Amino acid sequence: MWNYEKRLQYPVKITQTNPKLAQVIISQFGGPDGELAASMRYLSQRYTMPYKEVTGILTDIGTEELAHMEMICAIVHQLTRNLSPDEIERSGFGPYYVDHTLALWPQAASGTPWTATVFQSKGDPVTDLHEDMAAEQKARTTYDNILRLVKDPEICDPIRFLRQREIVHYQRFGESLRIVQDKLDSKNFYAFNPEFDR
Amino acid sequence: MTRQMNRMELLDHINKVSFAVDEVKLYLDTHPCDRDALAYFKEYSRQRNEALTEYAGLYGPLTIDTADASCEERWKWINEPWPWQEGGC
Repeated sequence: MWNYEKRLQYPVKITQTNPKLAQVIISQFGGPDGELAASMRYLSQRYTMPYKEVTGILTDIGTEELAHMEMICAIVHQLTRNLSPDEIERSGFGPYYVDHTLALWPQAASGTPWTATVFQSKGDPVTDLHEDMAAEQKARTTYDNILRLVKDPEICDPIRFLRQREIVHYQRFGESLRIVQDKLDSKNFYAFNPEFDR
Repeated sequence: MTRQMNRMELLDHINKVSFAVDEVKLYLDTHPCDRDALAYFKEYSRQRNEALTEYAGLYGPLTIDTADASCEERWKWINEPWPWQEGGC
C-alpha cells in the first residue's frame, strides 16, 4: 500500500522554459540510470530479501525514488509547459512533441523507451546489493553530467538535491551489504544463497 | 513553533522536518538500535504531523490522513494545485 503526499520532496520552481534541457533531464525519468528504473529495481528485489533491515531499506529507498521521479517529471514539465510550435521547432523538441505533445513519457535522452532490461532482480542479496550500489553511482554520474550542461540556478538546485540523495542511498546500500555479509559464512560468502538455499 | 507562519513558510517548515524524517528513517533501517537516531526520529515525526495538520486546516490537505481537518463544505483534496503546477507545493 502507498500513501500519496501532495508536495514534492524538495521544491521545484522553474520560471523559464528550456525544451533542450528537458530532453536531457528526461533521462532521469525513463533512462537507463533514471529514477523509475531505480524504484522498480528496489521494489522488485525486496520480496525475497530474507533480512528485515535490508527489506526495509529496499522498501524505503524504492519509495523515495518514486518521489524523485515526481521531481524529475515536475522539472521536465516546467521546462516544457506552454511551448509554442515555433519554440518546439527551434529547440529540436519536435520529434518528442509529435508523439507525446507536452505530456510526460518515460524515455532516455536518446529517445529509447523505458525498459525493465536496464535493471536486475537476481534473487541473491550479495548480487542485488552490488547492483544497487552501482545503480546509485550511475545515477550520481548522470546528475553530474546534467549539472555540467545546466546554468539556470532554478534547475541546478533540485538536481543537486537529487544528486546528494544518490550518495546517501549508496551509503545505506553499503551498510546493507555489510549486514548481509555478517550473516553469511565468513569463510565463503558464496557458500549458499540465503534467498534460495534452505 | 509553527504559529504565525505564512503559507510558504509553513510549507518550507513541512519540507524541512519531513526531510529530517526521510533521512533518519533510512539510517534507522540499517541502525535500528541507535538511541540518538530514535530520539531524533520521534522529535521530527512529531513536528511533521503537527505541521501537516495545521497546514490542512489553513490551506487544504497534503495527505489523506489530514484531509478531515479541512473538508467541511467540499472535497479540498483536488482543490489546491498539484505539486508540479503553479502555486503547488
